[in-house]
Amino acid sequence: MTAIAETPAVEVRVRATPEERRSTVVGWVLISLSLYVFWAFVFGVDSTLDATFNLSFATDRFTDLSWVVNARVLSMVMAIGIFGLGIWRLTRQGLRYTNISIAIAFGLFSLAFLAWAAAGSQFSLVGMLRATVILSVVIVLGALTGLMCERVGVINIGIEGQLLASAFAAVVLSSAFGTVAGIVGALVTGGLLGLLLAWLTIRFRVDQIIAGVVINFLALGLTSLMSSRILSDVVDLNAPKRIPAIRIPVLAEIPVIGPMLFDHTYFVYGMFILVFAIHYGLFRTRWGLRSRSVGEHPKAADTAGINVYWVRYRNVVLGGCIAGWGGAFLGLAQVARFEENMTGGIGFIGLAAMIFGRWMPFGALGAGLVFGFSRAVQQKASILNIGVPSEFLLMLPYIVVIIVVAGVAGKTRPPAADGQPYIKQ
Amino acid sequence: MSDVKPEAAQEENPAPPEKDYQGMADRITGVGESLRRALILPTLALFLALLVGAVIIMLTDVDAWRRMADEPVAAIRDMLVGVWEAYRELFVGAFGSVRGISETLFTATPLILAGLAVAVGFKTGLFNIGARGQMLIAGLCSLWVALYVDLPAILHVPLAILAAVVGGGIWGGVAGFLKARTGAHEVITTIMLNFIAAFLVLYLLKSPLFQAEGSNAPLSEVIPESARLPTLFGTGFRVNIGLFLALGAVFFVYWLLYKSTIGFEFRAAGFSPSASLYAGMNVAFLYTAVMFLSGALAGLAGATMTLGLPPYAVSDNFAGNIGFDAIALALLGRSHPFGVLWSGLLFGVLITGGRAMQAGAGVSVDLVIVMQSLIIIFIAAPELVKTIFGVKSVDEGPTQLTTGWGA
Repeated sequence: MTAIAETPAVEVRVRATPEERRSTVVGWVLISLSLYVFWAFVFGVDSTLDATFNLSFATDRFTDLSWVVNARVLSMVMAIGIFGLGIWRLTRQGLRYTNISIAIAFGLFSLAFLAWAAAGSQFSLVGMLRATVILSVVIVLGALTGLMCERVGVINIGIEGQLLASAFAAVVLSSAFGTVAGIVGALVTGGLLGLLLAWLTIRFRVDQIIAGVVINFLALGLTSLMSSRILSDVVDLNAPKRIPAIRIPVLAEIPVIGPMLFDHTYFVYGMFILVFAIHYGLFRTRWGLRSRSVGEHPKAADTAGINVYWVRYRNVVLGGCIAGWGGAFLGLAQVARFEENMTGGIGFIGLAAMIFGRWMPFGALGAGLVFGFSRAVQQKASILNIGVPSEFLLMLPYIVVIIVVAGVAGKTRPPAADGQPYIKQ
Repeated sequence: MSDVKPEAAQEENPAPPEKDYQGMADRITGVGESLRRALILPTLALFLALLVGAVIIMLTDVDAWRRMADEPVAAIRDMLVGVWEAYRELFVGAFGSVRGISETLFTATPLILAGLAVAVGFKTGLFNIGARGQMLIAGLCSLWVALYVDLPAILHVPLAILAAVVGGGIWGGVAGFLKARTGAHEVITTIMLNFIAAFLVLYLLKSPLFQAEGSNAPLSEVIPESARLPTLFGTGFRVNIGLFLALGAVFFVYWLLYKSTIGFEFRAAGFSPSASLYAGMNVAFLYTAVMFLSGALAGLAGATMTLGLPPYAVSDNFAGNIGFDAIALALLGRSHPFGVLWSGLLFGVLITGGRAMQAGAGVSVDLVIVMQSLIIIFIAAPELVKTIFGVKSVDEGPTQLTTGWGA
């Protein structure tokens, strides 16, 4: 026995796993990115110029907070940070942090970019951070919708349509019968479209992606039709009361954090609560265990006495309600009126956020914030007028999505039965 | 005993073999089943879509609903008249005149081409939602050749079309390549490439490279006469040789998919990627190749919308909704080239008529989108139609065309 125990461990050179290879690739990408930051932002800016970042709104308790920093120094620190992250990736340690490294590097890159863009002038950093949160709400909720469905093995491409239709319902019902009716209507609309998806894919075993595309078409066609036939005629139906923000006492007074996180509509607080609730539900409750088992191995779940169809119906409908919440936010708080095709592809970004977040609620939150951040940068940077055509800034989020789903997101493992119809024996 | 006799007699004298009508029907429709069985589902789907469309027209008739409380009979009559007028405008607009038929064929041309693009993808198990982006990029490529190359028409038109084919092919091939190499799902990448193409087009049409002088809008210079697709019936009618391009593409894709080796591999990869891999096919290459082909076909559609659309100045919205209509009609045509041809013509009717309906009856052309999505539902869920009509002999439609994210 001892002889076996004392045998020196044979050095086995295992071929690099995909995760390891990816870590290396990401490492090189980050190092190149840091070199680019050095070239474009560190040496591309006058060393005497300061960038002024405003950290407070005029309405805050503590006004006139600002952070004045030498633009070159700041971008250099950021470049070194990205370089360090790249080196860390090359060592292939902490493989589960690869995506987080990308997200952090993206943030550092953006800050270096802002330092360069705002050199010699002012930039409202707190405004951008607040915009990040607001712009990521629909993306995160869309990602959570997708997550609810895919965890039980139903791919939901129709998030976009669910958001659009529920935004329409929210606007019209809120204009006609008040805010409560609008929100309930949005939740019901999202849920009904979820039911349609579940019904088509479970009862008729329609290809899940086709069913989702159909929902997008249907929502786009119906809302545009009603918008042009009804809303243009009865203008009062497109004038919902904008839902005001609720300032959380004390917390909202904290500089930067306060306006960023604690001065929002209840939709935003609801989103944060949902992220926690879904995480807890999926991994700590019976409901979550059953849902996950249906998504991973429906046959085994069925054998264990779980009603696969019922679990799928329930979760897909609940997911639709989450999209309804997002649609209500879009229609009643963010835009506060209905415009044809007002979602403009954000549901698909939510889908990509779900994949980037590896089918995890907190991953979805993080990925949603990254996408929201990139939209906020684009929005605010076009104000700075830095000479980059706005079309290219607008393209940025979509390019990020492609990079994310292709490779950089890595071999994420979706639920094993994702996209597979289940046929009960 | 006497009951058995006729049967026995029949066995002894079997009826002369019938003519092979079924095979003939198959050749005409190309759906691989007998004509009646193949047509019953699309026909019922279309009928149901028109029916639901009628209900929607009635429900959204604001004026009639306002009068509903006072004089319900007259209001309901008005609604029915509204439906009648909308559908009359639709069919008269599409068929009622030479101009209508010309418009229908003109509208159908890019639809058939883009539908082929999506259908080719379906046959290989790929879902190309990116026909719109491929059309946009291809359109720009053809526009560049049209504006910056000086050639006689006999060479100029083919060269511009070739540029479109290459441009669209590359834009589609990117998605196929990413799928083959990294496993990035083509649904996401093609949608993202659509957005990127749209912004790129917007930028380029506002750049000095393309923008018409003195214009602030994203509108290009007028394409010279030598690069325009010649019209078939004079300048008054918009239908042009693009129609023959589309017909040629239909036969080419039919030949490629069903008569050539690589087409067999395409279909095999669509049927079972793992089995194809095991049989020694290069599935990664097939994905890239088929997305290139798909993008190239969408590129042809884009070329017909830049080189063939009077007044021959390209705006940023030249691709319209065609990329998405293409998905519906590929499903309706069962991803078969000839099926796509027929459904492309049908959609040409619906869209041309829909425009007439919008102008004449005040029903927005968005209704056509709703009808298209209903048609997809009914085609993709044949059981639903069976249940509604109680028919039995309905073909099973495509159920599982695509797989999950893993593939």
